[in-house]
Amino acid sequence: MIDVDIEQQLGAFRLAVKFAAEAPIVGLFGRSGSGKTSVINAIAGITTPSRGHIRVNDVALFDAAQGINLPPEQRRIGYVFQDALLFPHMDVHANLTYGQRLRPARERVIDEERVVDLMGLRTLLRRRPDTLSGGEKQRVAIGRALLAQPRILLMDEPLAALDVPRKTEILDYIERLRDELAIPIVYVSHSVPEIIRLADSVVLVSDGHCLAYGDVDDVMGRLDLKPATGRYEAGSLIETRVVAHHLDDDLTTLAFDGGELFVPHVNGLIGERVRARIRARDVALATQRPEGISILNVLAGRVTAINEEAGPIAEVQLAIGAATLTARITRRSVQQLEIRVGSDVFALVKAVSFDQRSVGYA
Amino acid sequence: MFGLTPEEIGILALSLRVAVVSVVFSLPLAIVVAYVLARRSFPGKTLVDAIVHLPLVLPPVVVGFVLLVLLGKKGPIGSVLDEWFGIVFAFRWTGAALAAALMGFPLMVRAIRLSIEAIDQRLETAARTLGGSRQWVFASITLPLALPGIITGTLLSFARGLGEFGATITFVSNIPGETQTLPLAIYTFTQVPGGDAQALRLSLIAVLLSVVALMASEWLTRRAKRMHTDDRR
Repeated sequence: MIDVDIEQQLGAFRLAVKFAAEAPIVGLFGRSGSGKTSVINAIAGITTPSRGHIRVNDVALFDAAQGINLPPEQRRIGYVFQDALLFPHMDVHANLTYGQRLRPARERVIDEERVVDLMGLRTLLRRRPDTLSGGEKQRVAIGRALLAQPRILLMDEPLAALDVPRKTEILDYIERLRDELAIPIVYVSHSVPEIIRLADSVVLVSDGHCLAYGDVDDVMGRLDLKPATGRYEAGSLIETRVVAHHLDDDLTTLAFDGGELFVPHVNGLIGERVRARIRARDVALATQRPEGISILNVLAGRVTAINEEAGPIAEVQLAIGAATLTARITRRSVQQLEIRVGSDVFALVKAVSFDQRSVGYA
Repeated sequence: MFGLTPEEIGILALSLRVAVVSVVFSLPLAIVVAYVLARRSFPGKTLVDAIVHLPLVLPPVVVGFVLLVLLGKKGPIGSVLDEWFGIVFAFRWTGAALAAALMGFPLMVRAIRLSIEAIDQRLETAARTLGGSRQWVFASITLPLALPGIITGTLLSFARGLGEFGATITFVSNIPGETQTLPLAIYTFTQVPGGDAQALRLSLIAVLLSVVALMASEWLTRRAKRMHTDDRR
């Protein structure tokens, strides 16, 4: 779907990125200043790399060797900017149709009415951008990009400027979009929860280079990538299925290969796939199955790796069934409990450590 | 009309014609120059900027003299224009319009340039990614957003043209009915004994004209700005 291999000098910053990804939503993840935005600017044709190629759905947008460099208006890349960038002198409807009007009628596959409904814009059409809330602006920006009939949608931290309720709102809209229109999305973010919730595969960018790409679980779970994914964010992803809702105490049971998880109520039908993220610091370990404790989730597993650095902390990676779970405990505990690679242990995870942003639809 | 003599109406009409024609012909060029100065970088940009601003700092008489030397009937440019196209500026009202345009040009470019620089360039980038060519983006995004500056620049240049004296009198002289605009007529009346009353009447007309022009521009600017904000709020 998207094949990028580019080099570019941007002042003192050197961008050299190579990846190919095929997924409904590709996450482009990295810290601020890692070069994520430079990558999608090159894809959109806003900047020109010095070497390499960019292909989207097998169409060459840029190829230095063949002298191909389409201008932005011919690339058909829908770019959703961090701060929406609506045209202030046009109302919502004029903004939405700006790109659509520049496309010949036979190329208009994505229908205006459909986008208006999908993005919930029906009541906003006559409004001016400066009267819209941040979330509304971002919905208009997404609709505007869609109606330009793009081959692919690039989203550059579309939630960064929004407060938490608005973030959740836009995430819902993006998920609807992915499910209803078959349009590939490259989603740029430095937020692990967003990447985890949305992306199917992830490209990890650090210091102008692509460190890793692959399935979200694989890349985000790798201990060796911690310096780039961030210590605070350490955690693991588990693909699960909704098996039961407990209406009396508002919990949901999720099942996965290695057992079951109790989490606060999840908005999903029985059988639906959801992705649960467990932060490493929310996981405790025990060598025997504990009795008489409040922790609902006790999972049996085996230690596959221990990552000890100088300092008080050790990260212990466990195999629980086919799933991987990382626990962050003290080095003292590792020694006292004599935990080694191969040890059988129990992972303890409090149900309340899951929140809205750590459980999302897969 | 309003108690004006036919002579006064003639002077007024000529002045308006000179100022309007100067603005109409210089505006497109001013927009292009302002855009290039605001958005492009190229070698020699400082020089272009300086040349555009030259009429603002030079004594107007010098500008008029240069025009006379270059565009006079025997001048290197003037003779070519006359022979090939039959266009004559020297001692014609068109020459007065040219002098007014030149003197007002830096003011016009400055106002438009500032308003283009104030536009978030990423809006133009966004429009490009939506499929707009460079020209279409300029017409549909840059120009409308720069409208308040374009109106201000036009008015400044128009007012400068109405008041233009030094370059005009040097270049096209002071010919009643052809090049004698309002300021030149006022000057002429002050030079003849007993002309003070006439000079005063014309000065009042000039003041009135300026006030009307200012009010019109205010109104236009407010309308243009309202385009960016919702008045149905």
